[in-house]
Amino acid sequence: MSQTLAEQILSQTAGRPVRAGEVITTPVDLAMVHDSIAPSVIRVLHEELGAERVWDPERIAVAIDHVAPAATVQTAEQQNRVRAWVRAQGIRHFFEQGRGIAHQVLVEEGLAQPGMLIVGSDSHSTAYGAVAAFGTGMGTTDMALALATGRTWLRVPETIRITAHGRLGFGVSAKDVALKLARELRADGATYQAIEYHGFDDFSIGERMTLTTMAIEVGAKAGIVAPTGAAMAERPVPAWLRVQPEARYSRSLSIDLERLEPQIAVPHQVDNVVDLAELGRVEVTVVYLGTCTNGRYEDLAAAARLLRGRRVHPRVRMLVVPASRDALQQAIADGTLATLLEAGAALGTPGCGACIGRHMGVLGPGDVCLFTGNRNFRGRMGSPEARIYLASPEVAAATAITGYITDPRAVLDDAPSAVAA
Amino acid sequence: MSRVWRFGNDINTDQIVPGRYAPYMTGEAELRKYPFIEARPDFAPNVQPGDIIVAGRNFGCGSSREYAPQALKLVGIGAIIAPSFARIFFRNALNLGIPLFEADLTWLADGTEVTLDRDQGLLHTPQGTVQLPQPPAWMREVWAAGGIVPYVRRYGRFPGEAAA
Repeated sequence: MSQTLAEQILSQTAGRPVRAGEVITTPVDLAMVHDSIAPSVIRVLHEELGAERVWDPERIAVAIDHVAPAATVQTAEQQNRVRAWVRAQGIRHFFEQGRGIAHQVLVEEGLAQPGMLIVGSDSHSTAYGAVAAFGTGMGTTDMALALATGRTWLRVPETIRITAHGRLGFGVSAKDVALKLARELRADGATYQAIEYHGFDDFSIGERMTLTTMAIEVGAKAGIVAPTGAAMAERPVPAWLRVQPEARYSRSLSIDLERLEPQIAVPHQVDNVVDLAELGRVEVTVVYLGTCTNGRYEDLAAAARLLRGRRVHPRVRMLVVPASRDALQQAIADGTLATLLEAGAALGTPGCGACIGRHMGVLGPGDVCLFTGNRNFRGRMGSPEARIYLASPEVAAATAITGYITDPRAVLDDAPSAVAA
Repeated sequence: MSRVWRFGNDINTDQIVPGRYAPYMTGEAELRKYPFIEARPDFAPNVQPGDIIVAGRNFGCGSSREYAPQALKLVGIGAIIAPSFARIFFRNALNLGIPLFEADLTWLADGTEVTLDRDQGLLHTPQGTVQLPQPPAWMREVWAAGGIVPYVRRYGRFPGEAAA
C-alpha cells in the first residue's frame, strides 16, 4: 500500500496503517507550548482536566518567544507562572526569552527530527515539516489534552503534491516560492490537507522552513518537504519514511523556479499575491526583517549583501529581529549584523516581536510595512489603519534602501539611481 | 429568535480577536468585550445569546489562538454556519462545544431573524426552513457533553476511540 509522507508518519505513530480520511487517536512524539498560550494550557490541564503531572516532561518543549522580554506587568506575571510550572513539572527543554522563536530553536536543538509527530500551540508549527516531521498547530484545549495524555485525535489528511523544477534565479528566494504557492492555492486551498514538497533538494533547512511555515497560510494541517538532498545528510531519516511514487494525492501542482519572479502579498490577505513588477510605487515607513518565516542568519545575510555600504532611507524605520540567538550570534560573528546596524537598522531581541502586534515595533495608523513574515491581516501588527506587504528579505533590503517597494535586482543592477530615487 | 450576523470570506483570527487584546496582554476577564472589536465594532455590544454567525468560506483562518472562539462562546454564540472553516479554528470551536455547520447560507441577510433547532440541524428562516448538513455522531456527542474536556472527563477517552 503506497502512502503519502503524512500517512506514513501517522501510521508509524498510530501503530497501524492509516489512510487519508480516517479519524485516529495517536500518540505524539513532541509537544511545544509557547508563552502566550501556555498560561491557559496550564489552567485547562490542572483545573479543568484535573491532571497533576504532564505525560512526559522529556517530550515537552516550552518557549518564551511571543512577548520576549515581557511588555506589560500582566505578561511578566504570566511568564513567571510558566517558569514556575516548568520547574515544578521537571520540563528540561525550556527556552528562555532571547533564545529565539520556538520553531527555529526546536530545529536548531535537534528536537524536531524526521518522521516525528509534533504538535505545537502556535499555528506555524507546520514549520517542522522542513525536517520531514508532521508538525501541526493546535489550540489551548488540544494542547492541554496532549500534555495530559501524550495523545491527540487527528483526521488523517489528504495530500497536495508540489513539484519544483529548475533553480531560483538571482534575487529570487524561498519566500517567493511560498508566496507564489499562496497565490496558486489561495488561503483555503489546502484546508484539512497536508502539502508535500518535491524538487527542493538544493534548498537549505532554513529555506525549507520558509516554505513549511507558510503551509498554514493556505490552510494546511502539515507541510512536509521530501527528506532528500544535502541538507538532510546530518538528520537521520527513518528507513520507513520514503517517498512512495504511487501514493495517492488529492492534487498535484508544479512550479518552475527558473521563471519565478519576485512576489509580493498586498494588504490584507496572504493570498493577495502579485508579481512585484506589477506593483506600482508604494512608499513604506517600516521594513521588518525577522520571524519564523524569514528571520534566520541566511535571511539577515541576504539583506546585508544589499545594504553593505548603503543606508536605510531616512523616511524608513528598519527593524531586524533575528529568529534565534544562534542566528544573531552567527550574524555578529561574520559582520552581517554590523552591516545592518551601520546601514541604520534597529535590533530587537530574538523572538516574534511585532509580528503579532504586541510589542517591539507595533505599527501605528498610516504606517506601511514591508514585512518578511507570514501574515498581512489588517490589525495584526498594530493599528488596523496600517498596511502590511509580505515579501522576501531581498525585497526588504532593497525597499529599505529606496523607501519604496523595490525589486532587489534593480538595486544591484543600478544602485546609484535607485538610492537617489 | 436569533439574529444572523453576516460576515464575508476568510475571516481571520486577528479580526475575531486582535492579538494585542489577547488574555495574555490584558487578562481573561476582559475577553467578552473584544470579539470583532475592530472588524465590526457593533457586534460585541449588541450580540445576544443564541445569535448565529453566517459567514463565507475559510472562517477562522490564521492563528491557533483559542481565545477567538472562546470570546464568541462567552457572548453566547448559538452556532457558526460557513461553507468551510480553517481547521485549527474548527477544532478549537468543537473542543469548546460551539456548534459549527458547513453550509453556504450567505444568501441570508445581516440581521435576519431565525430559529435554530441544533439537534435536528434545522434552521427556520423567513425564506423557509433549511436542513443543515449534520456533522458525524461523535462531533455531536462532543457538543452534547459541552465540549471536549467534559467529554474526556466523562468517558475517559477521546471521541471515536474504542472504550478501554
